[in-house]
Amino acid sequence: MIAGRAVKFGDDVNTDVVLPGKYLVLTLNPQELAKHAMEGLDPNFAEKVKNGAIIVAGKNFGCGSSREEAPLALKQAGVKCVLAEFFARIFYRNAINIGLPVLECPGISRKVEEGDELAVDLKAGEIRNRSKNVTLHAMKLPEFMLEILDDGGLIEHIRKGMRSK
Amino acid sequence: MNIAEKILARASGKEEVNPEEIVEAKIDVAMVHDLTGPLTVKSFREIGVKKVWDNQRIVIIFDHLVPASSVQAAELHRVMREFAEEQKIENFYDIGRGGICHQAMPEKGHVKPGDLIVGADSHTCTYGAFGAFATGIGATDMAAVFATGKLWFKVPSVIKVDVTGRFQEFVTPKDLILNIIGKIGVDGATYKGVEFAGPTIRNVSVAGRMTMCNMAVEMGAKIGIIEPDETTLSYVKGRTKEPFKPLKNDSDATYEKTFDFDVTGMEPQVAAPPSVDNVKPISKIKEVEVNQAFIGSCTNGRLEDLRFAARLLKGRKIKEGVRTLVIPASQEIYMQALQEGLLETFVKAGAFVCNPTCGPCLGGHLGLLAPGEACISSSNRNFIGRMGSPKAYVYLASPATVAASAVTGKITDPKSLEA
Repeated sequence: MIAGRAVKFGDDVNTDVVLPGKYLVLTLNPQELAKHAMEGLDPNFAEKVKNGAIIVAGKNFGCGSSREEAPLALKQAGVKCVLAEFFARIFYRNAINIGLPVLECPGISRKVEEGDELAVDLKAGEIRNRSKNVTLHAMKLPEFMLEILDDGGLIEHIRKGMRSK
Repeated sequence: MNIAEKILARASGKEEVNPEEIVEAKIDVAMVHDLTGPLTVKSFREIGVKKVWDNQRIVIIFDHLVPASSVQAAELHRVMREFAEEQKIENFYDIGRGGICHQAMPEKGHVKPGDLIVGADSHTCTYGAFGAFATGIGATDMAAVFATGKLWFKVPSVIKVDVTGRFQEFVTPKDLILNIIGKIGVDGATYKGVEFAGPTIRNVSVAGRMTMCNMAVEMGAKIGIIEPDETTLSYVKGRTKEPFKPLKNDSDATYEKTFDFDVTGMEPQVAAPPSVDNVKPISKIKEVEVNQAFIGSCTNGRLEDLRFAARLLKGRKIKEGVRTLVIPASQEIYMQALQEGLLETFVKAGAFVCNPTCGPCLGGHLGLLAPGEACISSSNRNFIGRMGSPKAYVYLASPATVAASAVTGKITDPKSLEA
């Protein structure tokens, strides 16, 4: 179970605001990337999420560039999970691959407010909004994606596969 | 099956595939550049495999921060040079050898109709212009490809965009794709493929087709694709000696839906900030003064783009206070533009001509914007903070519109300049 407070964003949050291109030179230093996550939309983001938070966003979260530094910066900053109406495809793959859970949950932006306490059951695809006392249903992740997340990301998943051969 | 399905079927060793099916497919070509390469290499090393799956199928191109714009960029470049040498990657295009990856890839013969190509860059969908299934992936997916040569794909359903009509003068494929994105929306093709078809597309040049497929990702698409024809083959045959098999749509190919567009009477189009689908015909754009004009990028830095811009700038002076950047997309285009005298035209008009690089498009270097400034750009994204300050404004348009706007200092229909 993943628990944390909701930090909300709107529709079409693109990777240039998740992590601006000018910081991509910091690519091999996730701690530095994390300091700049979302700074164009919310200069206090890093402070807000450092003790763990769950992003709740609208549609098309993570559209734009293929930069994996975008989910990496979020994860490193303290984001435990991203819930959105739906995601842009490269961001979605990248997030799973680096072990940042993402769930598509139609209608979620209307049912969660900033600061609500959420608990996410990835396997069941259920989101408990403890502040509002309601349960929301997300699209379940396919088994192989759950396995990748369980292993902590694609790299560890491949290593595990190679070890078992 | 449509071409996209046929390519995924071939690459995954299946007779037939259907939308939503997940397949594991063999990759024909994998490309990384100087900004996505280092994280790919880091992840590849963590996997623990000593050698890449096939050193002939990997292409490394330096384009985002070239020449090195900082010590950190220089260090990233060193990581990639060492990796290329260690893994004996012959298709390595260092500074001065290739140019912007999406231009250098087809120019150097790495894009063939029917191929399955992945690139660690979202605009990899450009190669659909040649009838390839080409899509952008992240660094960790790419590390898995480097190690295994394979990747999983969900077979996309495909939206067909059927285009008829003749372009008016100074209206270009860039205006058409902006118009299409304005209608379909920035998320209208998420997870899907977009196939451009119809008589108008048949008459569009290779460069124009690349511009259109390049921006498929701005609708969320996995791929943009155009069925190969004589135009495609005459380009590709001059670039590669390797055999290839162009795939065509079956007569009973299916699509999720079809959109019809007619370019007859279409005006030049402008995407106003902060979203690529915030598209208006130029006559509906209220007076917007610009501080910077940018002609270049993987979307519009090709020879015909530069010719268009030069035609408008020849014998004219760029308005005082508008810094105008012209960036040919590759070394080859730079040389052609030099030989044709286009670069001279730009410099005489007061433009700043730079080396092939992505540069200002992603706010990397060579022309970032200050708060409150506006840029008219031939590139592909006008997101908040894309070209520098989150308080700057980026307007997207064709190279012709950018050139005309550089002359007047405000967003201008190129036709009005010629009249």
